[in-house]
Amino acid sequence: MHISNGIIDGPVAAIFAALALAALTACVLRGRRDLDDRLAPMAGLVAAFIFAVQMLNFPIFTAGVSGHLLGGALAAMLVGPWVGALCVAVVLVVQALIFGDGGVAMLGLNITNMALLGTAAAYALIALLLRVLPRTRAGLAVTAFVAATLSVVVASQGFVLEYWLGGTTDLGNNLGGLAGTMAGVHLLIGIGEGLITATTVLTVAKVRPDLVYALRSLRAPAAPAVPVAGGVR
Amino acid sequence: MGAGHGHVLYRESDSPVHRLPPEVKIVAMVVFTLAVVATPREAFWAFGAYAVLVAAVAALARVGPRWLLSRALIELPFVLFAVALPFLGSGDRVEVLGLRLSEDGLHGAWNILAKGTLGVLASLLLAATTTTRDLIVGLDRLHCPQVLTQIATFMLRYLDVLVGEARRMRVARISRGDDPRFLWQLRGFAAGVGALFLRAFERGERVYLAMLSRGYTGRMPAVWQGEGAASAGQWLVAATVPVLAASIAATAVVLS
Repeated sequence: MHISNGIIDGPVAAIFAALALAALTACVLRGRRDLDDRLAPMAGLVAAFIFAVQMLNFPIFTAGVSGHLLGGALAAMLVGPWVGALCVAVVLVVQALIFGDGGVAMLGLNITNMALLGTAAAYALIALLLRVLPRTRAGLAVTAFVAATLSVVVASQGFVLEYWLGGTTDLGNNLGGLAGTMAGVHLLIGIGEGLITATTVLTVAKVRPDLVYALRSLRAPAAPAVPVAGGVR
Repeated sequence: MGAGHGHVLYRESDSPVHRLPPEVKIVAMVVFTLAVVATPREAFWAFGAYAVLVAAVAALARVGPRWLLSRALIELPFVLFAVALPFLGSGDRVEVLGLRLSEDGLHGAWNILAKGTLGVLASLLLAATTTTRDLIVGLDRLHCPQVLTQIATFMLRYLDVLVGEARRMRVARISRGDDPRFLWQLRGFAAGVGALFLRAFERGERVYLAMLSRGYTGRMPAVWQGEGAASAGQWLVAATVPVLAASIAATAVVLS
């Protein structure tokens, strides 16, 4: 989903850069409170994990972006929406700066789609589904799967919106086609992402439930767990 | 895990570009890219001038053209989109080699090709001359919020942990009679992805606690020690490229 330089015009990129900057500032302010001794290494690992899965990508011929897993739902689940959005944003910044993946001038657009839209959609779904679904392992798995799948599709439509606002080439009637292609391809990607997210979250929730941010608010405030350094392997 | 602190794209050298402080290089690269993107797409000469600038910096940094061009293949997906644009675009059609192509689409394809390639080359030059550790030190000196640099530090550090754990788990599977080939090893990998995550986390958590007990406060020592920060002279030297690029862009805007 990385947008390369020159696909969206300058003014629209600048508007979204300002939007992304404002939203990230809010995330930094809120995230600082969340980032304790347990969340800091988890945030780093979530970012590393997302970085690794985003390396696997393939071109979507008629859209001008690459297709790959996004990781917003995993981040929202494990480290919460604020730090989660920051994790994905960090991945995107490092990719743009040194790997040339996604243009530096398009960073605002990429952050808006993948870090903000993706994570926000995922967290909204997680918050909703965890309340509605039974609190069982199956419920958690369904939550993770649905949140991951839909968040990827939502993020892909962010690109369509941006292209409609400021695509450098007028596609005329093909814009609907673009929306369809993006939604279709990203539904498939989303299913893959949903499976990976659900497996990972289930394993973590089984062994170290204290590490799953999304489950924190649902439980009674338990005594803070002591991090077991060198514990169970 | 005994790997160095470089990354796959880093090219060990002692060139003048390598010696520049990272914050200077980051700013130069970002300003250069913004200038390229702001250039009107009809100003073909301007993109030629940018390419000359990139080539000059690459020569200074002793980065060969073959290395640069083969790494630039990362933007292939966008190139393919650029190829599709002349067929998808609307508006006036022109005849090219017997095909009726959209004129706007042709311009758009050139736009993406030129700006995308120059942006990728600029970031590759930054990657080739800056280690990941320096990159984070540079971002910190540019007053990037500490939450972000902290996440970035751990991300880059834990990538090696993650790759190392994945390798160990693969060896463990093979030594227990698994015979992974091509796509079929995906199944074994997918089934173990949760375990991989947890193992990497517990190793990473130990690393983090060890760092804390040795006085880590969330910033790299190189930053608060304040050594090697850019001098005014270094800022001036590195400013030549972005200033040249910005004046090219300004000229192109005025002429168009």
